[in-house]
Amino acid sequence: MSEDPLAARDAVAALEAVEVEYPGRGRALGPFDFRLAAGEIVALVGPSGCGKSTALRLLAGLEAPTRGAVRRAAERGETSVVFQSPTLAPWLTAAANVALPLELAGVGGGAARAQAMAALRRVGLAGAETARPAQLSGGMAMRASLARALVTEPKVLLLDEPFAALDEITRRQLADDLLALWADQRPAIVFVTHNVEEAVYMAGRVVVMTRGPGRTAGEVAVEGPTPRPLGFRTTEGFRHTAERLSEILRAGMEAAA
Amino acid sequence: MRGWAAILAPTLFVALLLGLWEGLCRLLAVPTYFLPTPSEITVALAQNAPLLFVSAWRTLQTALTAFVIVSGLAGIAALAAASGRIVEDSFRPIAVILQVTPIIALAPLFQIWAGIDHPGRAVISLACVAAFFPIYSGVLAGLGSADPALERLFDLYGANGWQKLLRLRVPSAVPQALEGLKVGLGLALVGAVIGEISASAGGQEGLAWRILEAAHRMETARSFAALAALAIIAGLLHLVFRLIERRALAWWRG
Repeated sequence: MSEDPLAARDAVAALEAVEVEYPGRGRALGPFDFRLAAGEIVALVGPSGCGKSTALRLLAGLEAPTRGAVRRAAERGETSVVFQSPTLAPWLTAAANVALPLELAGVGGGAARAQAMAALRRVGLAGAETARPAQLSGGMAMRASLARALVTEPKVLLLDEPFAALDEITRRQLADDLLALWADQRPAIVFVTHNVEEAVYMAGRVVVMTRGPGRTAGEVAVEGPTPRPLGFRTTEGFRHTAERLSEILRAGMEAAA
Repeated sequence: MRGWAAILAPTLFVALLLGLWEGLCRLLAVPTYFLPTPSEITVALAQNAPLLFVSAWRTLQTALTAFVIVSGLAGIAALAAASGRIVEDSFRPIAVILQVTPIIALAPLFQIWAGIDHPGRAVISLACVAAFFPIYSGVLAGLGSADPALERLFDLYGANGWQKLLRLRVPSAVPQALEGLKVGLGLALVGAVIGEISASAGGQEGLAWRILEAAHRMETARSFAALAALAIIAGLLHLVFRLIERRALAWWRG
């Protein structure tokens, strides 16, 4: 235990036996262990209220655990979060929204704007730079939100059910686009979802949580190349992995009940 | 259809009331000094139009001056209150007292402080007091209404207090601040008229003075005419502000 556990395992963030308790609501999470290696994509799957969003907030440093330790190798500005709603400022244009994290970090207006434009292009929003959030569709707003998260070229990208509010077609399109973007910058990604198929499609490793207060119910590695090839959802491996996950999920529900 | 009815129905209703008023006054031979008929008021309005226009302008100026001053003061106070729970709590009793005290009760004091040579200052101050609370509470509520998710994002990106205030809380405050300003503008006019009435001996030439002057001479129709002028500028003020508000909100929402 003498050396830094993060450095030893090339992890960019870790939760060590964390527990989170909220006054009046009792324990929301844990004890829970989690480790995120550089450049990997991990999906956190669990039933509603299992504390997976809480785990994400711990990793983001937005919250502190009641017990246990959070270790983060990423420095300020190297972690980005995308929430379930796009969370764009309505009074700013798409480009200004995307430039915001850079400007808050002290990047000059012109440079921030240029990088924001480039980030919008990468997520397929070229031409929508001056549009306001109200003029964007749900999918476009989520793309803008992704652009804002990626514009700082983060080491860690935390996604809290980012596609939950979108329709199936948009969701699948965005899933592929996100994986393509990941291949470009290779940030470590934690992807929170309650959708087993989505978890298997997105992640190289899926961590299943029990009913709240969530613990680890099991973990499954997903075979296959990333970004996913066409028809990946119909492969035997995909179906099999999804089945196993569903099984672990069910067991986790019963164990806690 | 709906558009026409929305204009026609209230017009007809008002016309009906005026007709009833006119008819009953004539039928019952109500003396003019007691209750003039709408036609007599219209004549008085036309005859006194130049004077009423000057007086209305005077009252409007007073109300707008007070509105500008109090918007600044209430805005600064709200920003200070938003900076910390303790400041907000400290301000609360004073804000509440300002809200619940009938401003007419403050008028004599304000006249003493303004001095006999500057009755206008007392009137503007009273209008400021009248308009303070809705603007203060509107801006304060607006500053606290920022999207919590957006606030978390600002925290995540390491925004400092100033950045959060200027880039998040102030822009978030726009809709509620506008609502507060709209109420405040109406109350500034009310405060200006109350101030003018209480300062009647001080040579103020506003609309309230016209109402009082005519009433003292039992020229009730002229009194009503001044009242009508007051209603017209109040209505116009409200209309203009609503247009500005709508524009501003449309811009804000994108």
